[in-house]
Amino acid sequence: MGKKVLLVEDEPNIIEAISFILSRDGFTVHTHEDGMTVMDKLNVQTPDMIILDVMLPGRSGFDILRDLRADPRFETLPVLMLTARGQTHDRELALRLGANHFMTKPFSNSDIRDHVRETLAS
Amino acid sequence: MQSRPLRPIPGPVRGAISDAAAAGQAMLSFNLLIAVSLTYVAFLFAVAFAADRDAKRGRAGWVHSPLVYTLSLSIYCTAWTFYGAVGYAARSGMEFVTIYLGPTLVMVGWWWVLRRLVRIGRAQRITSIADLISSRFGKSRRLGVIVTLMAVASGTPYIALQLQSVTLSFGVFSGTGDDGDPYSMAVWVAVGLAIFTVLFGTRKLDANERHHGIVMAIAVESVVKLLALVAVGVFVVWGLAGGPAEVLDMIDDATLPEWDLRPGRWASLIFLSAAAFICLPRMFQVLVVENADERHLSVASWAFPTYLFLMSLFVMPIAVVGLNLMPEGANPDLFVLTLPLSQGQNGLATLSFLGGFSSATSMVIVATIALATMVSNHIVMPLWLAASGGEGPVRSGDVRSVIVLSRRLSIAGVLALGYFYYRISGGGSALAAIGLVSFTGAVQVLPALLGGIFWRGATRRGAAASLIVGFSLWVWTLFLPSFGMGAILPETVMQNGPFGIGWLRPEALFGIAGLDPLLHGMMWSLALNAAAFFVFSATSFPTPMERLQGAQFVDVYAHSAQSGAWLGSAATAEDLLIMSQRILGATQAQALFQAEAAAQGKGGYLPDVTQQFVQTLERELAGSVGAATAHAMIGQLTQGANVTVEDLMAVADEAAQILEYSNRLEAKSAEQARTARALQDANEKLTALSVQKDAFLSQISHELRTPMTSIRSFSEILRDEDMTATEKARYAGIIHAEALRLTRLLDDLLDLAVLENGQVQIYRQTGTLSDILDRAVTAAGVPRTKLKIERKRSREDIVLTTDLDRLAQVFINVITNAAKYCDAPDPVLRIVVRQGGSGHTVDFIDNGSGIPVVKQAMIFEKFSRLGGESREGGAGLGLAICREIMERLGGSITYLPGQGGGGFRVVLPASIALAAQ
Repeated sequence: MGKKVLLVEDEPNIIEAISFILSRDGFTVHTHEDGMTVMDKLNVQTPDMIILDVMLPGRSGFDILRDLRADPRFETLPVLMLTARGQTHDRELALRLGANHFMTKPFSNSDIRDHVRETLAS
Repeated sequence: MQSRPLRPIPGPVRGAISDAAAAGQAMLSFNLLIAVSLTYVAFLFAVAFAADRDAKRGRAGWVHSPLVYTLSLSIYCTAWTFYGAVGYAARSGMEFVTIYLGPTLVMVGWWWVLRRLVRIGRAQRITSIADLISSRFGKSRRLGVIVTLMAVASGTPYIALQLQSVTLSFGVFSGTGDDGDPYSMAVWVAVGLAIFTVLFGTRKLDANERHHGIVMAIAVESVVKLLALVAVGVFVVWGLAGGPAEVLDMIDDATLPEWDLRPGRWASLIFLSAAAFICLPRMFQVLVVENADERHLSVASWAFPTYLFLMSLFVMPIAVVGLNLMPEGANPDLFVLTLPLSQGQNGLATLSFLGGFSSATSMVIVATIALATMVSNHIVMPLWLAASGGEGPVRSGDVRSVIVLSRRLSIAGVLALGYFYYRISGGGSALAAIGLVSFTGAVQVLPALLGGIFWRGATRRGAAASLIVGFSLWVWTLFLPSFGMGAILPETVMQNGPFGIGWLRPEALFGIAGLDPLLHGMMWSLALNAAAFFVFSATSFPTPMERLQGAQFVDVYAHSAQSGAWLGSAATAEDLLIMSQRILGATQAQALFQAEAAAQGKGGYLPDVTQQFVQTLERELAGSVGAATAHAMIGQLTQGANVTVEDLMAVADEAAQILEYSNRLEAKSAEQARTARALQDANEKLTALSVQKDAFLSQISHELRTPMTSIRSFSEILRDEDMTATEKARYAGIIHAEALRLTRLLDDLLDLAVLENGQVQIYRQTGTLSDILDRAVTAAGVPRTKLKIERKRSREDIVLTTDLDRLAQVFINVITNAAKYCDAPDPVLRIVVRQGGSGHTVDFIDNGSGIPVVKQAMIFEKFSRLGGESREGGAGLGLAICREIMERLGGSITYLPGQGGGGFRVVLPASIALAAQ
């Protein structure tokens, strides 16, 4: 049973691409598309890592990250932030809010795979 | 007296003195005398300097004592009195006493006139008698000039007289007979006096024209001359005559000419000297201008008569003893000097010389300052200001230096005039006669002066008439004849009148002949002067300014508080601090006061109120409230000065200027506020724009990167991974779809950019609305969806002339949205066309849930998605493009709320539909 990765992303083609890459590498990918209900999902099932898009319907990825870090259960949960806006202040904000890593779309498949491997290796 | 000129010592007599002195081996060295004089002058310098310095530091108690004030009044006793009184007594007996009785009567009986003058002088900050007259009569510049000219004309001969007496007394000691040039000595005396006067009279500019140093110096000189005269008197009475009893016997035995009293002449002379005591410019200077405290007058009212009494006490004994002891023909005017000399009393003679020297110098210095102040203030400065473009009394340092220069030149000018008068008149008989003539000239101011301070009805015209009539008569009847028969007025004029008009003869005006010329001139000039004053005053109306000033002068006690000492106490410093804090602000005022206190070596915030401090403070305040206001305020506090009408006007002027300035500032600041608001608005807009631009770029970035992400990711998968053919086809399909999405997005962006920039080309074509809607429904791919369209074609038969493609684009967009977002199970879109006067409306109404109210305002903005999600592939630019297109076509597209579903209304303007009608 591979480690569980929760992918929070609303763009179907991107979900499919990331899921394909990580599944091939042996990880279990769960996906969630709506920003409003992410926390509910986490209460049911805690993943080993989260890949979080910034621009989500309902709620921004930053708000979700803030909630995660405020919750003792998810304080140390590895979070990889993805954004398509590509601005530096998004990166800074993400890291300040406690993201472990930040990637700009479009990303290289190998980068995502390597980062997830690295994060979940221990 | 004018008929008994002071004569130079005849050569033989001088020789006799020299012989006697030579015989006694006791003749003073002339050079030693020069040295003594210079030392004395240096001593006076030191006194004056110390007084100035202490006054500046505020430790001026000794300078401002009533005693000094009293002593300074003794400049009334000039060299003419010092030397001449004895000569006068020798020739006319007791008549010389009239010269002392006049001032005594003024001090004792008329002190209330003086007090009023002093109060007015203080309240109005009067700087000279010309200033007083000019100020009283509505600040008349012309009156100031007239009084100044009169003062210079009547004062110059008097200065010449002093030069002569100093020169003469030097001559007595030089013993060189007549071969020496008395004029070169006079030149040196004049130059020396000019330097001394300039040094101490104009070292600093004081708005009040006070000269502490000089007042102190002349006080010292007055002591010296009293001591000298008393010493000679004591020597004569006890040393030569053998005691008072013997002297009285000698007086009884003396057969003096005209020993009898002539009541008319006595009364006239007493009146004349009394009036002159008030009117002489130099007396006005010490009495009023230099007065530090009104209360000093009460001391002076008994102390000064005492001084005069002491000065006159030994006159008669010296005269009688001199007449007895000195050789026949010896000049009694010089008995004071020659008696001690003839007895070998060199020390006493030197003291006597210094007494005479003091009398002359103190008179000349004060008279010169007084005259120079008038000349400078009333003649030179107005001319300079007029010449410099009439910029008005500016307060720059530049003008100060001009004022100082003008004073100095005036001093030099007055002394030069005195010297030239001395030369022209020959330094002889005419000069000696000028004393009382000069008095009479000065006294011409009296009617205007007294009328001005006691009579509200006095007017400028009255004063001008009074001065001009009096002055002219004085010049005609006394001044011109005083040069001597034929000197200026031809003898025929004197004998027969001008042009043979007998009743205009200078010494027998209006046919009244046979009078004493002095009495004659005095009577006519003063009588007609006063008459003109009253007649012209009564027949003219004062200007408002005159009335105000008149009230200030006549009711001076009502308008001014009891004025205390000029230099204030700590209480005044406190008052100044309180006032300054109001104007400068507490911090700055306290800092200023503390710094001043520290500079004076004191702690705390209350420095001594020295003149320097007051000036500094006034300058500071002037920076805030204007010079006139500052001066008035400080004057009020430090000097109890009443604020004059002029002050008030200047203040009002300043206030008006400040008001105007602040109004302009206000207008400016309102303008600035508007500008600031505009700038702020612009800034906000820019910021908003910039935020929008950032948001827009951010959106574009997002919209572009999202399909790119899929494309890149799947192309990498296709490249790197092994997969089934089905998977390959699927992923290639995704890449293709995302590439199309990208293209569409770029098309929309470009389209919007072109529309927004107004660069879009409108291709007008003609077609029917019905055809365009058909095209749009087909293009939107409606047939491939389950969306049903309801139309009433009969209403769509409208011919339009517009850009049909663009209009179709709008319809396509709206129909596509309905197809995408209508969430009804059986979606229906009704297209309703209405014709109206102002145009046609095409409504697109579906049966879905519509757009939430909160989003309705946003839907036409860029990147706002109707569904809120990007899944449908639109970037949220469609409706923004529609809005731009409709604007270009002259119509509009709006959301139509309350239709039970989503609704859009497209309005087509009547103009593009004209062809249909």
